Amino acid sequence: MVLQDIIFWLLAAIMLAAALGVVLVRDLFRAALLLVTVFLAVAGFFVLLSAQFLAVVQVLVYAGAVAILLVFAVMLTKDVARGNQPNRLRLPAAGLAGLALAVFIAVAVTTGWTPLPPSVQEQAALVQTQASGGTTPEGLEQAGISGEVQRSQAQRATLADLLLGEYVVPFEAVSVLLLAAAVGSLALLRGRPQG
Amino acid sequence: MGITDLLIILLSLAALFAGLTVAVLGLIWLERKVLGRLQQRLGPTRAGPMGLFQPLADALKLILKEDIVPSSAEKAVFWIAPVIVVLSAFVVWVTIPASHTLVVENLDLGLFYIIAVSVIGIMGLVMAGWGSANKYGTLGSLRAAAQLISYEIPVIMVVVAVAMLAQSMDLRVIVERQGSYPFVLLQPLGLVIFFIAGLAEVGRTPFDIYHAESEVVGGPFVEYSGAHWSVFFLAEYINTFAIAALTTLLFLGGWAGPLLPPIVWFLLKTLAVVLVVFWVRGTFPRLRIDQLMAFAWKALVPLSFYAVISTAIYQFYGWPAWSLSLMSLAGLLAVGYLVYQRMTGPARRVAQVRARQQAAMQSRRSGISGGPVAPPAAQTPSAPGQS
Repeated sequence: MVLQDIIFWLLAAIMLAAALGVVLVRDLFRAALLLVTVFLAVAGFFVLLSAQFLAVVQVLVYAGAVAILLVFAVMLTKDVARGNQPNRLRLPAAGLAGLALAVFIAVAVTTGWTPLPPSVQEQAALVQTQASGGTTPEGLEQAGISGEVQRSQAQRATLADLLLGEYVVPFEAVSVLLLAAAVGSLALLRGRPQG
Repeated sequence: MGITDLLIILLSLAALFAGLTVAVLGLIWLERKVLGRLQQRLGPTRAGPMGLFQPLADALKLILKEDIVPSSAEKAVFWIAPVIVVLSAFVVWVTIPASHTLVVENLDLGLFYIIAVSVIGIMGLVMAGWGSANKYGTLGSLRAAAQLISYEIPVIMVVVAVAMLAQSMDLRVIVERQGSYPFVLLQPLGLVIFFIAGLAEVGRTPFDIYHAESEVVGGPFVEYSGAHWSVFFLAEYINTFAIAALTTLLFLGGWAGPLLPPIVWFLLKTLAVVLVVFWVRGTFPRLRIDQLMAFAWKALVPLSFYAVISTAIYQFYGWPAWSLSLMSLAGLLAVGYLVYQRMTGPARRVAQVRARQQAAMQSRRSGISGGPVAPPAAQTPSAPGQS
């Protein structure tokens, strides 16, 4: 447990420092690299919560694909080293960001994070399925799920059930969003038709 | 987790690193020998028996060379980039089993983990190109990002197909499920896609576009020298070895085989795949960047989706095994035909245009066309442009 605590605080420190850097560093490329650090630290938290599957997804999607696309865009931008010049929208943006943060904190505080009793906690460390209202530890126990391999299999199965069952509409809507983004970028690239 | 566990993990990591280094030195020697043979040369012969010590001499030379950091480089990024590249190449090996027991840490999400970790290497390449503050480096790293991300998709889809066949992402389970017949018989298309896309992921020769010497002068590595450059080199060979090992594990039945001990079978199969990699390098010329991207998005991505869908159909309806082989082979043949058309198409069209022009010239000479005759020279240059 002590080792886990040390790792947690280390990760937290790294993540906060990197996140601050993302906001404060002028050079966009460096900011992007710091953002990757933040993503990796988040993956570390997932591992600490024994949600290995989410950790791997985090690395693959965020630290991999998203970050590289981001860097790609940064490298194709002019004058990245100067960063964004302050403009009129600075104050409204700060207000909006503050509002979003306030909402996040409010949600985090008001959510009833009922911690599992320690006996069950050891057996089923399924934090993310707990949070998303999936399998209950009692159900897992009844189903005779114990041991590392079985547990993480159950974890994956519940995640898949949630994504392709209960939340299938938002899940598919996200892909439509991606399609729209792709079509939009194509439209931007082609420019105005001549004449 | 106690101190002894930690010690065991550290020791096994050290053993893995030593093993990989030896393997890489062996691969370098083998590649030089094989390439030499393919080009009717002898390859290295001087250092040691059959030139066996040549890679050692190479490594020593690289380490002793001056390590130059350009004054305009972003120092931190420049230094960290090779470390990230080699780390992501090395960490992949943590969960690759060489036999049922010989693995540093078997993860039940092994396949998924390997894919995720290898993506980080792309970041290292991009950082290398950017950090060296060199236009060729930047161009090369942009190419690397585009190429590697594009070929990531077919790799992932094929891996998904294999995971569906094995009903697991644990590499040990995947090998065990191939007990009666290796997956290459079930999904030959998958093997071909995985091998090609894997070559592109590693940046081996037909796909070495992001560090193409004649175009971007080494790409992200252009400013690197000495030990730092050799680190990139090391990563490339570790990755090549990893792709060969994964091909063996996913499609060729892993360490399964009669008589010989499992580890020998694993090494033999991996070596065979590595030899094919070298053979491809010695045979095919480098692609152009547009050909490369077109091939990824127009051929490999749809095909890999076809592989997944055919596997899903086979699994869902519980059809006999040969049906999947047939579907897979049909896909492979279709591609072969399309590639053949694509390769011979331009030449055929040029021949058609030439024939038409000759016919026109002959008809003009025989005096059928009455109007003012355009000089034939004005038409000839446009012929290649039309193809």
